[in-house]
Amino acid sequence: MSAEREGTERHAHPTVGVYLRVGAALVILTVLEVGVFYVPAFHVVLVPVLLVLSSAKFTLVVMFYMHLKDDNKLFTFLLGGPLVIAVGVMVALLFLFLGALTLRGAAGAG
Amino acid sequence: MTAHTSMGLDNRKMAFWAFIGSECLLFGSLISTYLVYKGKSIVGPYPPEILNIPFTSVSTFDLLMSSLMMVLALAAVQRGDMKWGKIWLFSTALLGLVFLGGQVIEFTDFVHKGLTIGTNLFGCTFFVLTGTHGAHVTVGVLWLLTLWVRALQGKLGPANAMTVEITGLYWHFVDVVWIVIFTVVYLIQ
Repeated sequence: MSAEREGTERHAHPTVGVYLRVGAALVILTVLEVGVFYVPAFHVVLVPVLLVLSSAKFTLVVMFYMHLKDDNKLFTFLLGGPLVIAVGVMVALLFLFLGALTLRGAAGAG
Repeated sequence: MTAHTSMGLDNRKMAFWAFIGSECLLFGSLISTYLVYKGKSIVGPYPPEILNIPFTSVSTFDLLMSSLMMVLALAAVQRGDMKWGKIWLFSTALLGLVFLGGQVIEFTDFVHKGLTIGTNLFGCTFFVLTGTHGAHVTVGVLWLLTLWVRALQGKLGPANAMTVEITGLYWHFVDVVWIVIFTVVYLIQ
């Protein structure tokens, strides 16, 4: 009974072909990340480019391998809520510490 | 024994997503600590002197491929192909072990070059962050090997696909955390 229920509840997961294509995309994105790191011309925009590539990899894994794309939206909320809080805390702490340094530097210069 | 919530969702899966949410906060705090203390070490070794990008890129590739193996294992178990289910489950655990081996080599190399958890702020935040991630990978490998043994005993089949899916959720979460660590710690120096 429980097994039957488990089977019927299953959402339509991506096919093996989709999994392989996502895997290939992840490899390409990783190669791009490492390539960008070694090309001096990209160093001016290194941080934003790396953040975009990293976010793309993160999204691919979460959407396709963790099945959030097709699964119940409550699961997206259970991941997205804490993720927003974690990123918010990170940004707030960086502003707090780097802002304090900048103000101290400005006061010293003044 | 499977139970469902009033929304018809598997309660184990819902609980596990809540756990993953809490893990986001744990790793968020560790990554924040690393970023706040970034560039504030007053003695070396400093990150550019010690981080080995080619070596870590291979480890990253290894972990990404283990995630692919994991979804292939889930797909095989769901369609009742236990022969390939066992192969992919073992491959996932093996790639996890390779990643852990790489981390042991990296940590040993750093210690030989004079970077320990007590050397400077970089050493402290680096070892705590990557060590916590490594501990999660270790738990994941043990979990995968347990599933593999159950599969060998004939106790894992399509009826237990949710168990494999939940194991996969944990493994993929470990992978996405590494995606962030690789960028923030290794590539953005």
